[in-house]
Amino acid sequence: MIPLTYMMSLSAIIFAIGVAGVIIRRNILVMFMSIELMLNAVNLAFVAIGSRLGSMDGQVIVFFVMTVAAAEAAVGLGIIISIFRNRETVHADDLTLMRW
Amino acid sequence: MPPFLYIFLGALAVVSALGVIIQRNPIHSLLALIATLMTVAILFIAEDAVVVGFLQIIVYAGAIMVLFLFVIWLLNLQVETGPTGHLALKLFGSLAAALLVTELIFILAPHHLQVKFTHEPVGYGSLASLAGKLFTDYLVAFEVTSVLLLAAVVGSIALARRLPGTDDPRAARKIAS
Repeated sequence: MIPLTYMMSLSAIIFAIGVAGVIIRRNILVMFMSIELMLNAVNLAFVAIGSRLGSMDGQVIVFFVMTVAAAEAAVGLGIIISIFRNRETVHADDLTLMRW
Repeated sequence: MPPFLYIFLGALAVVSALGVIIQRNPIHSLLALIATLMTVAILFIAEDAVVVGFLQIIVYAGAIMVLFLFVIWLLNLQVETGPTGHLALKLFGSLAAALLVTELIFILAPHHLQVKFTHEPVGYGSLASLAGKLFTDYLVAFEVTSVLLLAAVVGSIALARRLPGTDDPRAARKIAS
């Protein structure tokens, strides 16, 4: 089996790419995809450590993370549709209503 | 799985993850994200999490990504978005990400984690062992999850529907112009 360091580094890199995506991109949909990327990076770490500890708990947590991600995607995309209907934009910088 | 396959899959995952944030077109970002999810699913299966790996393909790459695709089509966003963000923001974002990688790799080094590694028991990662955990130790969380999903369904319908009596602002604007 591959060393744990490799899997952890891979997970860290994918997570950081997700963070960079949220900071750099201004398209709400792409920001949302970056969040999914971060969730997946954490799932990878859970599975990698779980298989080395010989415990199923990591995989159960991954199962729950997937469920929560599905709920989050449904609500988030509903919000995006609602924003687009009212403002005709998916550009995060254009949404300045609550900025002082 | 031989180590070179791990390296290959890892490189593929990182490259497609970079594709998600670099592509201008949201559809291309989405395709790169699906590639990342598939690669991570194969890594799950290689790490003896077979059920979770297939769930990842079915639920994530199958269902959630189709939802994204529908929204992109519905909002007619499959056009190039043009230059986005300021240069300072891009520099700051890249720098922050690089710092985060260094920090995470340092923290997540195995000698920091202080865990005792053991061999996997027989039947590890099988559907039976996952379900056994899910319906005993995590039963309450499992039941609460169903309520969460129900709330999400009702909430997203309530958010996305057009309220009766209110005009669609886009249609109103079209008539005015």
